[in-house]
Amino acid sequence: MSDASAHALEHHEPVTSTGIPNKKVLMWAFLGSDCMFFGTLISTHLIYRKISATVGGNFLDIRDVFDIELTSFSTFILLASSLFMALGVSAIHKGNLKSMRWMLFGTIIFGAIFLACQVYEFTHFIHAPGNELTLSTYRGEPHVFGSTFYVLTGTHGTHVAIGVFWLIGWLAYSFTGKMSVAHALDIEICGLYWHFVDIVWIIIFPVIYLMEYAL
Amino acid sequence: MATESIKYLAPDSENKAKTQVFPRPGQHTTGLVDWLTTIDHKKIGLMYGMTALFFLIVGGLEALLIRSQLWDHNMDVLTNRQYNQMFTMHGTTMVFLVIMPLSAAFFNFIMPLQIGARDVAFPRMNALSLWCFVGGGLILNLSWFFTGGSPAIGWFGYAPLTDTRFAEVIGDMGPDFWIFSLQILGVASLLASFNFITTIINMRAPGMTMMRLPVFTWMTLIVSFLIILAFPAITIALVELMFDRTYGTNFYDFLEGGKPHLWQHLFWIFGHPEVYILILPAMGIVSEVIPVFSRKPLFGYGLVIFSGAIIGFMGFAVWSHHMFTTGMGVVATSAFAMLTMLIAIPTGVKIFNWIGTMWGGRIRFDTPMLFALGFITMFMIGGFTGIMHSSVPIDAQHQDSYFVVAHFHYVLIGGALFGLFCGFYFWLPKMTGRMLNEKLGKFVFTLMFLGFNLTFFPMHYLGMIGQPRRTHTYNEGHGFETWNQIATIGAFILGVGIVIGIYQFVTAFFNKKLKPAGKNPWDARTLEWALSSPVKEYNFARTPIIKARDQAWENNYGPRENHAEKEPLDDHGVHMPDRSWWPLVTALGLFGLAMGMLFHRTIDPSGELVRDYTVPILAGSVAIIGMIMWALEGPGGYHLFPKENDE
Ligand code: HEM
Ligand SMILES: [Cu+2]
Repeated sequence: MSDASAHALEHHEPVTSTGIPNKKVLMWAFLGSDCMFFGTLISTHLIYRKISATVGGNFLDIRDVFDIELTSFSTFILLASSLFMALGVSAIHKGNLKSMRWMLFGTIIFGAIFLACQVYEFTHFIHAPGNELTLSTYRGEPHVFGSTFYVLTGTHGTHVAIGVFWLIGWLAYSFTGKMSVAHALDIEICGLYWHFVDIVWIIIFPVIYLMEYAL
Repeated sequence: MATESIKYLAPDSENKAKTQVFPRPGQHTTGLVDWLTTIDHKKIGLMYGMTALFFLIVGGLEALLIRSQLWDHNMDVLTNRQYNQMFTMHGTTMVFLVIMPLSAAFFNFIMPLQIGARDVAFPRMNALSLWCFVGGGLILNLSWFFTGGSPAIGWFGYAPLTDTRFAEVIGDMGPDFWIFSLQILGVASLLASFNFITTIINMRAPGMTMMRLPVFTWMTLIVSFLIILAFPAITIALVELMFDRTYGTNFYDFLEGGKPHLWQHLFWIFGHPEVYILILPAMGIVSEVIPVFSRKPLFGYGLVIFSGAIIGFMGFAVWSHHMFTTGMGVVATSAFAMLTMLIAIPTGVKIFNWIGTMWGGRIRFDTPMLFALGFITMFMIGGFTGIMHSSVPIDAQHQDSYFVVAHFHYVLIGGALFGLFCGFYFWLPKMTGRMLNEKLGKFVFTLMFLGFNLTFFPMHYLGMIGQPRRTHTYNEGHGFETWNQIATIGAFILGVGIVIGIYQFVTAFFNKKLKPAGKNPWDARTLEWALSSPVKEYNFARTPIIKARDQAWENNYGPRENHAEKEPLDDHGVHMPDRSWWPLVTALGLFGLAMGMLFHRTIDPSGELVRDYTVPILAGSVAIIGMIMWALEGPGGYHLFPKENDE
């Protein structure tokens, strides 16, 4: 037997000083840090949003570009996905693999719908007839709104996409026959991430979208 | 070695073996493969340290070129652009590739030993941090070889210097290299900090309560929190800048609606906590060394930690003192001035605690103690000038003059670097098992102390009489020459001191003539000194049960009930995780991704911009595959069986 083939040990989660598993502390620390990532992006957007005319003088009323019905729908979808996620976590804790698969599947689908809406939204905005909003321009003239808006919501979308692929990974793993209650922690950590990304959207939606209709 | 080992074979190990592209290096791996795949915190710490010392030489040479250029008025050692590149590379190198990784070297090597842990919480992630650091350092220094050469934008990269339209060289790639290198280094720092936080919170030996943690470990924890909260600001600022330069967004583009001022805010929201990220580890080291060489416990342990935490917390609320002259308005300026003055209080508290520790102690002046004393005095001078520029009208005079250069070198060299050298002289015997040559150590200290003060003290005066910083030369008739020449001579003396110091550190690992250190040569206090030197690969043969703060001291001198106990030998042995290739592969993928993004744009013959994402996608896939294989291979491991009385 070669050195290399002789490794895998029966591995127990080690006892920790706080009783909280290491992976969970790691995820919480990451989420704390991620708050600052989004905090910086949201601040950038808010600082710039009052600059409403292009350098050439085209006035930007973002309501001409936004499609609030669509975004409300995708917001609802993302919120609903959190329910699936929570049910998935609870299923694996009970050792119910079958139910967990369905719930993860639901989370993935809803996450994917959200992403599809975002892709649609972006292309729609970029080509909005007479109101084209690109990364750097509005109606073909330099403007900052597109920069802050796309980079902020795009970063959030990237988070959702990472979450979707992560969940697909676990869904695939659940078919290898190696998955058991022992993996509940891993799914729970996925869940922490998923809910966090969801909460960030709950901030982005009112602050970036709804506020434009109120103020 | 007094250990034997047995390999355990889990039921699914056959499958595991099949999924492996690279065979996983086994327990007895040695040589290059061992260093490339190691996940041992001690080896990782050493690699951090050695790489950082290498970059210290690189950054030092850049500094000497700067000093040569300033030797006399209107010198031509460097052109103005080369001068700008030199101080940009010098600053970026010293901050991100020297002081931070030297601190990380000690976090890695010492912190797990101080809390009685087998390793950090995520050993493979720790290796990934190391390789990302190496990759980021490489990217920064590769910039010399491509269009435009190295960045010429300052370590602070102020907009609109980074605007492509104002580049001195068409198609200048320097700032792009700078951006991607800092992003990769950011990944390294963030991952390492998540790891250290989890380790300190979760992997303490039984009885090692938070208020028994050695001060150095406390500072590791605080710095890790600073990193995870401060780095996002610069990461996002850099993402925005990357978008500006690569995709034409307008974040910092004042011609198209952006505000360069925003860059300064985001940079300093990161930048001020960053200066505490640089100094707190050194303060932690000094807080360990002074009690040992005064033979007294640290005076006001709780207060030292509390003021460290307060400094860290307030560090987030003073960033605009770097922007007093940008016209933020009276209210903001006054508020930031006041908070900046306040933050000097916890800093002063620490200094009084160190003095209080020495007061009435039996002081020994070994090399580590000399560096610690150098730290206190030099850092105090830097602190005083800091308080001076917290006053807005005074800062209006200081801003962008050599006075500021004097300030931050007193805190960064006299403070951070002296503290880290102190750490080397103190802990190298633990790492190598041999004592360093005291005479040589004292010689290095003398050279560094003299050279340093000769270089930077005159800069206070030069700043006051008006020499601007970041300017490649000066004219005759200002009276700058003499003091600049003294500074340049000092810089070369400092350089010689540092080089001899590095020589001494590196040879300590090979020089068999040095005296063996034994377990506790300094009669030191904290847990790592209860282990044999050099520390065994498994750290603690039996997990210690901690009974008191300063456990090694209590074991030797404390009352019976304060002596540490040990958990019985586990017949399972000490579980050692396996080495792994995947951290290195993942880091290579990230490195390739950054390089690919740097070169994905080309201009085709018709003058059109062509974007080709093949390399970034391929390299990104390597990183992702690395992570997937990493997850699939699991921690693995083997068991070591130390004997009853092994340490
Ligand atoms: C007593 C505590 C401190 C105070 C009150 C203080 C205050 C200041 C102020 C107001 C400035 C801006 C000067 C100007 O540009 O006009 C400054 C610059 C600087 N400080 Fe400090 N400081 C303190 C400690 C430190 C420490 C501990 C470090 C690092 C270890 C540090 C590193 C720096 C650096 C690198 C700069 C220059 C940044 C640049 O413009 O490139 N300071 N400090
Ligand atoms: Cu500052």
